[in-house]
Amino acid sequence: MTTKTTSARLAAGPRKGPRRRPSASSATQVGRPGFAWALPAAVFFALFAIVPLIMVAVLSFMSWDGLSSPEFVGTDNWSRLMDDPVMFQSIWLTLLLTVLGVVIQTPLSILLGVWAAGHQRNRAVLSVIYFIPLLLSATAVSVLWRALLDPNFGIPAEATWLFGDGNLFGEQATAIGVLAFVSTWQFTPFHTLIYQGAARAIPHVLYQAAEIDGAGRYRQFFHITLPQLRNAMITSMILMIVGGLTTFETVLILTQGGPGTDTTISAYYMYDKAFKSFDYGTGSAIALALVVAATIISLIVVRVSGYDKMRSTMEGSS
Amino acid sequence: MRRRPHYLAGAGSLLWLFVVGLPLYVLLAATLRTRQDYAENGPVSIPDSFTLDNYTGAFASGFDQYFFNTLVVTACVIGIVLLLVPPLAYAIVRSRGRTTSAIFRLFLLGLAIPAQAVIVPMFYLISEAGLYDNLLGVILPTAAFCLPMSALILSGAMRDISPELYEAMAMDGATPRRMFFQLVLPLSRGGLSTIVVFSALQAWNGFLFPLVLTQSDSSKVVTLGLYNFQTEHGIDIPGLLGAVVLSMVPILLVYLFARRALVQGLMGVGGK
Repeated sequence: MTTKTTSARLAAGPRKGPRRRPSASSATQVGRPGFAWALPAAVFFALFAIVPLIMVAVLSFMSWDGLSSPEFVGTDNWSRLMDDPVMFQSIWLTLLLTVLGVVIQTPLSILLGVWAAGHQRNRAVLSVIYFIPLLLSATAVSVLWRALLDPNFGIPAEATWLFGDGNLFGEQATAIGVLAFVSTWQFTPFHTLIYQGAARAIPHVLYQAAEIDGAGRYRQFFHITLPQLRNAMITSMILMIVGGLTTFETVLILTQGGPGTDTTISAYYMYDKAFKSFDYGTGSAIALALVVAATIISLIVVRVSGYDKMRSTMEGSS
Repeated sequence: MRRRPHYLAGAGSLLWLFVVGLPLYVLLAATLRTRQDYAENGPVSIPDSFTLDNYTGAFASGFDQYFFNTLVVTACVIGIVLLLVPPLAYAIVRSRGRTTSAIFRLFLLGLAIPAQAVIVPMFYLISEAGLYDNLLGVILPTAAFCLPMSALILSGAMRDISPELYEAMAMDGATPRRMFFQLVLPLSRGGLSTIVVFSALQAWNGFLFPLVLTQSDSSKVVTLGLYNFQTEHGIDIPGLLGAVVLSMVPILLVYLFARRALVQGLMGVGGK
């Protein structure tokens, strides 16, 4: 690990040299805004996002029913969750849906995105249609699919050859299938856009060179397009994972966590505990687990994507 | 530039068009037909009746009020974002201080804070502040959660302003404030419209904060109205879908006018 970093640094050495701390000499500071410019937004954000984030940790060690004042109960909520089979099932289901999302949506959106990056006119028109599901709120999408998949009046009632008795919400496997399908329907267009943008930015020279070398369409795709989409792939996958971990409306509206607790994912379980059973302490504990997962992923985003290096987005697009 | 069409890819894209298009067709067709027609002939059939009752019905069940509330929430969220994010992004791009980069890191981390994670304490805070069941109680957290992404988008746009322009202005002895108003703001109009559209989408489609932080009909927003409509009139599918279509009309209008900004902003999410 250490040797790797050092050699990487050595390799990068001649170009930039070791990263220098910004010098405090007046020359570099002239005409530069101070941190005060960022302060109002930071305070506002801290108040409505960071403070609650700290509070959720505190509340997870308290018992609160929403009416009386919160009471400190130590690790009670946590130990109860540890013995709660629904909690473990919810984590498993959350992971399952997240993984299903990534596995289904990634290849689909890469293919569609690369295809849509071409310049023919029909592609532009089709991309506009593909884009529409993105404009619908998760609520609208869920309500729409709940209606379309209604066992009595929906599509399954018409296509019995495909859906059997048609009650897709009555069994765990099909209910999960519906949830995975609906999020694919809604979010594939978004990821397609990401890949479309990235595919457009690939320099044409690479393809021209490959053509001269006699590389066919599929070799070009696997040896040029895919490697060049690496950054987009990382971003898109991370967004899918964060989105998957925090799916909520879809489950609330489509399955209500059911049948039984068969589709009770963590975010829904948190809502159910806190706002339906009025056990806000346990709800907070589940929420905290969600935060930890999301934070780890965001740290990976910042590291891997290089967002934190404040580079120009124009760089490298030549 | 070159080459014959790729038939396999074309077929695949047509298949996807079917997956996306069929539900949208059913959605639109269902809202224009009677409930009886829909129940008897099924969702995929060609409508043999025409009515606008599904739309008027939605308004009759209170959607006009919900629309108004959503409009207020959206406008206020846009206002807050426009007030707070440009100076923030300016500092992120131009300031060399350590405090600023710490603040930027805070917002980057904030990107990954899901609303669900903070909803319990938010409920507590908003109740304590006396803002429960008040639109302001929805506006403030919604705006806060628009900040990280907006900051990322706008600082990306501001970074593309060439350094020579700043240097030229610095030669003339311009203050940071003057550079902000005379150089940065005018040159980042594209980024500004992107964050407006982005925040509008967030606010218009927001669900969890209104669900938990409001209660009465008078402070209900469109998404909640849809949810309630579904739990209460689940069998009246054309009526329900009429409400769904109504809920997306304003977004479609925004999309028609700001398509470029929206798509570019979303594409920008992918990095380079």
